[in-house]
Amino acid sequence: MRYKLEKRREPSMAMLVITPVASVIVTMLVGILAFDALGVDGWAAVRDIFLTPLLASHKWQDVAVKAAPLVIIALGLSVGNRAQVWNIGAEGQYVIGALAAAGVGLAFGQAGGFFVILAMIAAGCLGGALWALIPAVLRTRFSVNEVLSSLMLTYVSLQVLGYLVGGPWKDPNGRNFPATAPLPEGQMLPALDGSTIHLGIVVALILPFAFWLLMSRSTFGYQVRVVGSSPHAARHGGFDAKQTIWATMLIGGAMAGLAGSLELTGALHKVDLGFASGYGFTAIIVAFLGRLNPFGCLLAGIVLAVTSVGGQLAKTTVHIPDSTAGIFQAMMLFLILASDILIRYRIAKRA
Amino acid sequence: MDFTIAAIITIVGLTTPILLAGLGELVVEKSGVLNLGVEGLMLVGAISGFGVTVFTFNPWAGVLGAAVGGALASLIFAVLVLQLNSNQVATGLALTIFGTGVSSLIGVNFTGRIVAPFGSIFPDALARDPFWKLFFGYSPIVYFAIIMVFVVGWFLKRTRAGLILRAVGENDLSAHSIGYSVIRVRYMAIAFGGAMAGIGGAYFSLVITPMWAEKMTAGRGWIALALVVFAGWRTGRLLAGAYFFGILMALELYAKAAGFSFLPSQFWAAMPYAMTVVALAIISSRGTAGASAPACLGKPFTPST
Repeated sequence: MRYKLEKRREPSMAMLVITPVASVIVTMLVGILAFDALGVDGWAAVRDIFLTPLLASHKWQDVAVKAAPLVIIALGLSVGNRAQVWNIGAEGQYVIGALAAAGVGLAFGQAGGFFVILAMIAAGCLGGALWALIPAVLRTRFSVNEVLSSLMLTYVSLQVLGYLVGGPWKDPNGRNFPATAPLPEGQMLPALDGSTIHLGIVVALILPFAFWLLMSRSTFGYQVRVVGSSPHAARHGGFDAKQTIWATMLIGGAMAGLAGSLELTGALHKVDLGFASGYGFTAIIVAFLGRLNPFGCLLAGIVLAVTSVGGQLAKTTVHIPDSTAGIFQAMMLFLILASDILIRYRIAKRA
Repeated sequence: MDFTIAAIITIVGLTTPILLAGLGELVVEKSGVLNLGVEGLMLVGAISGFGVTVFTFNPWAGVLGAAVGGALASLIFAVLVLQLNSNQVATGLALTIFGTGVSSLIGVNFTGRIVAPFGSIFPDALARDPFWKLFFGYSPIVYFAIIMVFVVGWFLKRTRAGLILRAVGENDLSAHSIGYSVIRVRYMAIAFGGAMAGIGGAYFSLVITPMWAEKMTAGRGWIALALVVFAGWRTGRLLAGAYFFGILMALELYAKAAGFSFLPSQFWAAMPYAMTVVALAIISSRGTAGASAPACLGKPFTPST
């Protein structure tokens, strides 16, 4: 019997929710089969990567710490993606945000407290936004494709980081190791006693509500959606496409910068060469797996954080390299993109 | 004189991978598809070329393996964007993430191994001669890349198949209505682009440093993508642009070696990427590049609606 695709009258809301869940499940099943074929215990590998971090309560804090930057960055990126603005340089904006926060912290010396931390985080948002402003200006003034420019600037940002932590900002007591000095206690975000759960995680839990309000209850959210789905209608309705590009890029950059400054003040407490660990790229997967919906981003961020924590775990338990988690993450993204078609089309029997 | 010759050889070496990957992507984009997965494809090519060479002791087989590896990986992308009309930007990104992961997973087994560099096949009297090495001292991949510039240029401009490919990229609905298979043409273009990116990646693992290292292509796939825009989708300008970027990258090496300590080494390392942005701004703002972009670039083909 043959099947064909038939256009739905309206996009299916059910498929919008079912397909991301199905993508995760199919990825797990394919993983089990693929690892068995490679001679590794497939069930053990998939269990450790996808389930153990959720089931073992002592892993929850690791998941939360990893999920927070992913969720925050993905929230910002999903606004741009809705307007068909493709900022893939969030990694660079995250780095510049963290450096801006670290710079403000250094300027305050050993001083700390609420206002110092607030200034550091504000600097982080500003730094990320300014770094994202470059591709925005290039796109609107010189019609440069933002995909390429934002990515190129990520490579530049990594060199800026390398220069600062290896040169002017190097810890004088750090045995010549390229890293900033650890933050004084007063510049660290408060954390739950005896855990790594810091205030930034609370921010990541609250922000989805703010973004939901922004995207579905404000004129701006409406404008972004119209510009993204039908540029002609947007022009007709008086929505400025350039202004939308600017606004969405700045939001994306500010969120990535926020994530960078929270990671500095909340989790890592110093900047070294390993600071850029790929959150900005993984967050792109989070945004798509979350269907560009704020609460979807929250859930998808947790899923991706689970696989990152699980990947580290599986490295020691079943001896597979930690790049495996990256393959699973890419597979989820492939599947979610492949299943996009089911939202607008249904599978019907051919007459 | 010796310095000039050495510098030219360095520039040619740095240019070759982005030239190969850029040529492949140019053909893909001419057919109306934007594949942002070039960086991932280059990494897949680098590891498959290296792996095949380790097992066969034959770098020619390695290059073939890299082409096949790159083409196979690009077919994942092809199925998604051509059959399922998925978003090309996002799918290309997924391909890069996938290629990075797969290459490092396979590469675990090859870390620390080395192969004989795939150098010149000309007799030493020419290949190592202080002057003649300027022409005969390169890996066969270098000559292949330059020949391919002319082959691709001739194919696109002078052959019927090239005309069909351009028609598909400029107006897919018209090409479809006069009976050409848009999907099949795009499949072939994407596979060709994958193979070329794969060979470009193998240049890293077989020639530049004959070993495997994670993420060894270091963003050159993205520079290749920028190169296509920079070249205004023309093969002649692609060759010139590739050498322009090759000179920039060589500048980084020489500036470091010469100990230009008044500027930090990171300045020179960032320069090719920063200059790419500047070059894109100059080219794009003139509007000439925008005018020559294939009209259907990045848009899904939906004949029934």
